Amino acid sequence: MAFRTTHELHHRRMSRNLGLGLVLVALVALVFGLTMVKVQELAQDDAFRSGAVAQSKGSMW
Amino acid sequence: MTDATYQQPSREAGFGDYIALLKPRVMSLVVFTALVGLLVAPVSVHPVVGFAAILFIAIGGGAAGALNMWWDADIDAVMRRTARRPIPAGRIEPGEALGFGLALSVFSVVMLGLATNLLAGALLAFTIFFYVVIYSMWLKRSTPQNIVIGGAAGAFPPMIGWAAATGSVSVEAVLMVALIFMWTPPHFWALALFMKSDYHDAQVPMLTVTHGRAATRRHVLIYTLLLAPVAMALAFTSIGGPVYLVAAAVMNGWFLWGAWRIWRRDEGVAQADNYRVEKDVFRFSLLYLFVHFGALLADAALRATGVI
Repeated sequence: MAFRTTHELHHRRMSRNLGLGLVLVALVALVFGLTMVKVQELAQDDAFRSGAVAQSKGSMW
Repeated sequence: MTDATYQQPSREAGFGDYIALLKPRVMSLVVFTALVGLLVAPVSVHPVVGFAAILFIAIGGGAAGALNMWWDADIDAVMRRTARRPIPAGRIEPGEALGFGLALSVFSVVMLGLATNLLAGALLAFTIFFYVVIYSMWLKRSTPQNIVIGGAAGAFPPMIGWAAATGSVSVEAVLMVALIFMWTPPHFWALALFMKSDYHDAQVPMLTVTHGRAATRRHVLIYTLLLAPVAMALAFTSIGGPVYLVAAAVMNGWFLWGAWRIWRRDEGVAQADNYRVEKDVFRFSLLYLFVHFGALLADAALRATGVI
């Protein structure tokens, strides 16, 4: 008797594994995007702070 | 052991079954109201952060839904409306749903806290706790006021969205919560009036079961009367505007008219036309919430473009 390699069960597992894989890839992309935004915001904050400090030093004179 | 045993494979869950555990229809309301809360807030957020915030709020809401399905599997198996859910249908084990819900709860709260701020994360954690412990485990099976207090859980998403943007809570956020909170009882009681056998069979102490149908009709009217001033008050806050004012006036007038008709009917008349008015009011109540939050969004757009 030939061994059946595919079964309805395998299709279900395939859909589950594929779905989970896509979710994980999307999560990696999202965390990467969030990291980029947070780093940019930090850089902007630093630039703003250093600009404000320079301005306040300039006004002293 | 030499004999081979054959086991019929169980109906293994597919990816869609796990999505069903997250109650996607409820999630759509959570996403929409949280998005409005985030967009009408006076502080703008980066689109990526805003997207992440809404996603994590949605996952948190879905996790609460999964935990609710785990706890209520016995009720769901009895009720016609819920008997095909993954746990009562035997596609997902209760323990698996519990683990899934707990893992997603922790994940969503931590990620929202990291992506936005601690207040938003804490509010999401409180919302999940309120829905699962206060509503599902405690109130739902013990008091006919289950819907009233439990409705608070579904009301929090716009406040979480607002907190994600501003890092604080203000009167506008509280009024958005109050709007959903006051809307929930008449919405669900209208449903309970025409899905009567379900709650009775499951022995859930809905108002229709414990206090009768006339009392439920009276409560629908009372809560709709209490809802109207809350809805109108939002028009006079910083996030209200002409679109919201007109929409709220029309929708509340209509809702009150529906609640009045429900109150005036007796059971014989309702049965004769197969609960037409109750079904109409239930469907209208979905539109009611969508229009209110849509109007807030429209006013925010008008403000952003300098029209008002």
